[in-house]
Amino acid sequence: MDFTLDKKHEMARSLFREFAEKEVKPLAVEVDETEIFPRETVTKMAKYGFLGIPVAKEFGGQGADPLAYVMCVEEISKVCATTGVIVSAHTSLCADPIAMYGTPEQKEKYLVPLAKGEKLGAFALTEPNAGTDAQGAVTKAVLDGDEYVLNGSKIFITNGKEADIYVVIACTEIKVDAKGRQKKIFSAFIVEKDTPGFGFGTKEKKMGIRGSSTYELIFTDCRVPKENMLGPAGKGFGIAMHTLDGGRIGIAAQALGIAEGALERTVAYVKERKQFGRSIGAFQNTQFELANMATKVKAAQMLVYRAAMAKATQKTYSEEAAMAKLYAAEVAMEVTTKAVQLHGGYGYTREYEIERMMRDAKITEVYEGTSEVQRMVISGALLK
Amino acid sequence: MRQNTEEYRGVFTFAQQVDGKLSGISLELIGKGKDLAADLNTEVTAVLLGSDIKGLVEELAEHGADKIIVVDDPKLKEYRTEPYTQALAAVINEFKPEIFIIGATAIGRDLGPRVSARVGTGLTADCTQLEIGDYPLVAIAGREQKHNQLLMTRPAFGGNTIATIACPENRPQMATVRPGVMQKKERVAGAKAQVIDFDAKLEENSKYVEILEIVKNAKTTEDIMAAKILVSGGRGVGSAENFKILKDLADALHGTVSCSRAVVDAGWMSKDIQVGQTGKTVRPHLYFAIGISGAIQHLAGMEESDIIIAINKDENAPIFSVADYGIVGDLNKIVPALTEKIKAELAKED
Amino acid sequence: MKIVVCIKQVPDTKGGVVFNPDGTLNRGAMLTIMNPDDKAGLEAALRLKDKYGAEVTVVTMGLPKADEVLREAMAMGADKAVLITDRVLGGADTWATSQTIAGALRKLEYDLVITGRQAIDGDTAQVGPQISEHLDLPVISYAQKIEIDGDSVVVERQFDDRYHVLKAKMPVLITALSELNEPRYMTPGGIFDAYDKEVTVFSRADLVGVDDSNIGLKGSPTQIAKASDKVRKGAGEQVNLGASESVDYIIGKLKETHII
Repeated sequence: MDFTLDKKHEMARSLFREFAEKEVKPLAVEVDETEIFPRETVTKMAKYGFLGIPVAKEFGGQGADPLAYVMCVEEISKVCATTGVIVSAHTSLCADPIAMYGTPEQKEKYLVPLAKGEKLGAFALTEPNAGTDAQGAVTKAVLDGDEYVLNGSKIFITNGKEADIYVVIACTEIKVDAKGRQKKIFSAFIVEKDTPGFGFGTKEKKMGIRGSSTYELIFTDCRVPKENMLGPAGKGFGIAMHTLDGGRIGIAAQALGIAEGALERTVAYVKERKQFGRSIGAFQNTQFELANMATKVKAAQMLVYRAAMAKATQKTYSEEAAMAKLYAAEVAMEVTTKAVQLHGGYGYTREYEIERMMRDAKITEVYEGTSEVQRMVISGALLK
Repeated sequence: MRQNTEEYRGVFTFAQQVDGKLSGISLELIGKGKDLAADLNTEVTAVLLGSDIKGLVEELAEHGADKIIVVDDPKLKEYRTEPYTQALAAVINEFKPEIFIIGATAIGRDLGPRVSARVGTGLTADCTQLEIGDYPLVAIAGREQKHNQLLMTRPAFGGNTIATIACPENRPQMATVRPGVMQKKERVAGAKAQVIDFDAKLEENSKYVEILEIVKNAKTTEDIMAAKILVSGGRGVGSAENFKILKDLADALHGTVSCSRAVVDAGWMSKDIQVGQTGKTVRPHLYFAIGISGAIQHLAGMEESDIIIAINKDENAPIFSVADYGIVGDLNKIVPALTEKIKAELAKED
Repeated sequence: MKIVVCIKQVPDTKGGVVFNPDGTLNRGAMLTIMNPDDKAGLEAALRLKDKYGAEVTVVTMGLPKADEVLREAMAMGADKAVLITDRVLGGADTWATSQTIAGALRKLEYDLVITGRQAIDGDTAQVGPQISEHLDLPVISYAQKIEIDGDSVVVERQFDDRYHVLKAKMPVLITALSELNEPRYMTPGGIFDAYDKEVTVFSRADLVGVDDSNIGLKGSPTQIAKASDKVRKGAGEQVNLGASESVDYIIGKLKETHII
């Protein structure tokens, strides 16, 4: 068992860190305050292949691995969690399921431009009445000739209005079992932005990750060619769950990055800030808090990297992904809260970016499966 | 590669001229050359290359050159590496100086390495101190200690270390010297030098490059190296616009504005007024360091200033370690008030 | 077209310097980077490759660890890499270094050799021009713009208050300024590929046309007599007053020193 990174991953990290420091960090405050999507940064990331890191070269990707990809999300989220989730949603929730389930034609048409970053991706599962409980979903797709007709709406969609290609989960059949209970059967579809009948609802006003474009998607008799069905008919739920397993690793990396960023800033701050004639880092309370924070961050990193390696080498990795996301998200929340505390009054002001990190951290406990869902997944695996 | 070092005598300096005007460094080199020559009991010879430049010998003589070797050739009108290298190599091979110093200017740092490689000797770059002494510095049993060596001192590692270098086995001992560090001698009107016209027998070869065009940049800023008073700003000034308060202070004192690297990197000011390791070395009478934290690279370019006054809100800023007078405080409050007060004081004197 | 770019791995002097107890530099404890001027030279070569098509080979001389900087160059887009490393080459000054690199370049094909103007550790700016002398090539220093015109290069060479537009027939050596361009980032895929590629290693025996008397410490005409931490003049007075008291304090000092 080797806990050191090999040289190529070390170099990849130095690349992501340099890019984050130079290109992402200077815009982080503005992105948060104006809630404007960082389009220029996305264009730059596309240019350097950051939007296709784990995708095979033959499909326009970088041919690197999930570990390099999570390091990218981690380093970028250290300075700007908004930018981090843009990469994560695009890669894990859109490019990845198409790479996994797409036909050769679908890969050529959709995966290649996604991996090159020419197109941005998004994923639509959640509905107003279907968050954790997917059976509550009402968006349906009905076959009519050579097309599926979509009706319904999806909410809280990351990269919502900015994406070009969407993976959308819709109900294609309702089965009734022997006891007369109805069960919705879902399928996955690839939907292009400019498809007639596909529109956007309101933009969410959020506590954190405020620059990410979070929108409601509305489908009104939206006709999608039947060859745009992703994977077999009726397998949409499984595809969604498997996609979310991957997505959780991305969000875990985002949470990890937020925690690391907050810790780094706090270490710098306690060396600088003086009270009672000495730096507050000289007080044992500060030292012990920092020790706890650093230990938890390291533990989170190990879980996140382990989940990324599991994705690279195993067929299923639900449990690894759930543990990584559960732990990293809770660490992010705890570390950023403590970081604000150690910054005192300044930490509560916008002068220091630490309050933003605390707001950003919260979402990682909520989206792509709440912490409670992660616990269900983990305990389910234990008790099966 | 060892040579017979005995037959090399005299201190030679490169008299750089551009557009028929001597560069300041040319006189500084003669000034330093005089000191070295005195220690070696020899003379200073300035080597002047160019086309139609004989009029410059008087200025060189009045600043202390004992001899002047002039290579006057149309091929030397504009600086080009190859003909200048040929000319200097020919001078060295003919006159065999023991020391040859060149200004560490854009020209000198292009020419020096090429010449040293052609004549087969060492070259020490960008020296800030030159003296005559022994190598090794202290005698080591079983090893010959050479006397009357040129000891060349220069900063390295971004100004973090200084190294003293010798060139014991090869001649000439060559160095490029940082402009603004050595002192020129007082001009002595009417002083004469022996002038030698030398035909370097320049030949066009494959290493000649063709000059298609020469474009002069409109000079937008004053020469910070010549300024007696510099008002220098760093990242703490906050913005390009806020440099106005520094400009006002500089105007009140008849000084010039300069800046740190951070300011150039931020795009607030242009590189030609940057002080420091990667900018210019300055030694004004008074240096105001305003909102400059004082990275080591910056200190390397200004710490020789006669008086340094630093204003910074961080009491631990490294700039205070070299400041004669350090003021902890808000530059936005202090600087404008200071400007007004200086104006008032100067008005009183009138 | 074949382009060779000479690069150097240097301690990042901007990130602070670490000393050993004996006052020498602790290079092992310092972060290393690709020398900025060299990186600009590499970027210039890669842009020529993008525009005209070229094979770009990077060459470095150093300890085996310098392999990293070659991988970085390949991750940016260089095609081949050569590491010159041998104990007998250690301690070289600019003369011996330029002799060594020239000896390696004689084994390679090139139309254009690009070096950085100077390295941030030594700050000498000598190795590029000296290589050109040993190889009998024309040199154009301080390039701020490079273009190809048939079998020639057209280069803008920066000089203090002016620049020259120069034309030279290839092969030619150019030294690049970090202001020349904004170097590209590596790509993640480029990094993975770079570690799958071979780096050619040259030892002393591979150098062509280089005499033993011109390599390493023994072949260096310049010798270090003394190296030390820079001694600074030390702090003077430091005051922490209100704004108007600060102004009075400065006025007092300016009067004391006869400036006003």
